[in-house]
Amino acid sequence: MIKIGVPSKGRLMEKTFDWFGARGVTLRLSGAEREYAGKVDGIDGVELVLLSAGEIPRELAAGRIHLGVTGSDLVREKLADWPSQVAELAPLGFGHADLIIAVPVAWIDVDTLDDLDAAAAAFRRTHGFRLRIATKYHRLVRDFLTTHGVADYQLVDSQGATEGTVKNLTAEAIADITSSGETLRANHLKVLSDAAIHSSQAVLFLSHKAEWTAQSSATLDALATKLHITVPKT
Amino acid sequence: MRRPGQERSLSDRLAAWFTEQGATLVEADILLPAETLLDLYGEDIRARAYVTLDPLRGEMMLRPDFTVPVVQQHMADGADPATYAYSGPVFRKQTHAGDRPSEYHQAGIEIFRRDQPEQSDARVFALIAQVLADHGLMVRPVTGDIGILMAAVRGLATTERRKQALLRHIWRPRRFRALLDRFSGRAPLPEARAQLLHRLAQGTPAALIAQAGTFTGLRSESEIAARVQALTEDAQTPPLNAPEAALLYDLLSLQAPSRAALLHLRGIAPMLPAIIPAVDRFATRLDALELQGIDVEALPFEASHGRSTLEYYDGFVFSFHASDPGLPPVASGGRYDALTAVLGQGRSIPAVGGVIRAGVMARLMESQT
Repeated sequence: MIKIGVPSKGRLMEKTFDWFGARGVTLRLSGAEREYAGKVDGIDGVELVLLSAGEIPRELAAGRIHLGVTGSDLVREKLADWPSQVAELAPLGFGHADLIIAVPVAWIDVDTLDDLDAAAAAFRRTHGFRLRIATKYHRLVRDFLTTHGVADYQLVDSQGATEGTVKNLTAEAIADITSSGETLRANHLKVLSDAAIHSSQAVLFLSHKAEWTAQSSATLDALATKLHITVPKT
Repeated sequence: MRRPGQERSLSDRLAAWFTEQGATLVEADILLPAETLLDLYGEDIRARAYVTLDPLRGEMMLRPDFTVPVVQQHMADGADPATYAYSGPVFRKQTHAGDRPSEYHQAGIEIFRRDQPEQSDARVFALIAQVLADHGLMVRPVTGDIGILMAAVRGLATTERRKQALLRHIWRPRRFRALLDRFSGRAPLPEARAQLLHRLAQGTPAALIAQAGTFTGLRSESEIAARVQALTEDAQTPPLNAPEAALLYDLLSLQAPSRAALLHLRGIAPMLPAIIPAVDRFATRLDALELQGIDVEALPFEASHGRSTLEYYDGFVFSFHASDPGLPPVASGGRYDALTAVLGQGRSIPAVGGVIRAGVMARLMESQT
């Protein structure tokens, strides 16, 4: 039996069901309306597990599920050295969002990372502390800024309403997921032109740590054939 | 196969050997205030050091190296001059799965001394080279000198602002290169910058800020205007003259045996006279190393060696490598005069030091026998 973890609610769940359904594998909720129980039809030996999208990376890393659908941003953020823990089987083509860095529109002098870095140096001299970037994507943002040699900033944690932190003076800039940019504009923020940290979408992942017996590997091969995807050799 | 007991006893023996050579054995706390390290290294250190929360003292870090606590101790109540040795565990998060340990022992030596810095450089290098050789290790040394690069930047015929921007990123090769490419005219002005400069020709910064939309955030209009002013001035600054830029690119890629490197540097010094004092120090150091029995004809020199984030070296740098490129350096170190000023609250003292990774050394000893 292989377990597949799928987001337990909302558009991500519906789109995931649609994606599998279009390939002859029917995922559906079973039981009472609010019960998190699921069924898989069209293939034997696959069990559906409904989980919060944010928990799926951790469950994959722990090997408690064999496969999982979640955002590529969440896997990169939550799992250190993610390619050693999971493999990407297929991008699903929905749930698109970009992780970007945004600054106040009034910063007419800042458009690139180069500008952000220079502004951060001056900000630190003037205010005595490092320029604050509010985000919940600490690993992704820090790795990106390290790679690009940006200094004199600090990350402050923001788990929601991140666009509001600048107005509330708890951060000078933000790094967050955006799809249309509307919330950014409403909060008088603009996106840096060269700071596309990650372009995210829903992806079907495979757990390296899950138990892959001869039987579960055979089930995976059968599933992969139905879904028209290739399973990387490990 | 990693054996913590064996690693610790080797580390302790190395430190004991350093004390036999005249060093004073010192201890350091394992839990350090995070703020000091964050101020020094910035956010990057969070990816490398373990952060924990103390209910009263706030954020603390598990010691990522000994240099910072040893410098602090010395600045608080050290003799002048002083030589210290230490041995103990350090903690570094590993970003890739693999067999690199996140807790390992370092044995080190640090010399704080005002006169004859090149003698101290040579002594630290020679002591480490000797103890590695005494244990039968076949390792390849690499040396460098960040002081020469810094002197070259300080001597550029350009604005102080451009020099400061380059110096600030001397340890971040990628951003340094990007700045150098722009200052020398090899990289074009970013599109948005060109547009901004065009619009500034028609309106004041204040007017452009007002046009941009609702003002938010702590960074004030005057701070924005000050940088706009700086950008305008920078746009009127001519690119670095071509021969000078070429020399700097040449310097960044210089790799040669030490005596040959010195000859090369002597050759370019007349065109870049600001580096002459730093090149003289390099020459003095080579003589001092030779007196310590080091073969400086063969000793590899790389001008860009030691330019990595989480470093603070501003002069001589060195490391010793096993033939297996998958292993971290067995030993590394360098001069960090500026760090003592940052941590010394107004006081400073020239300092140089180096560490040996006892675990890597033990592994090499095992594989070579």
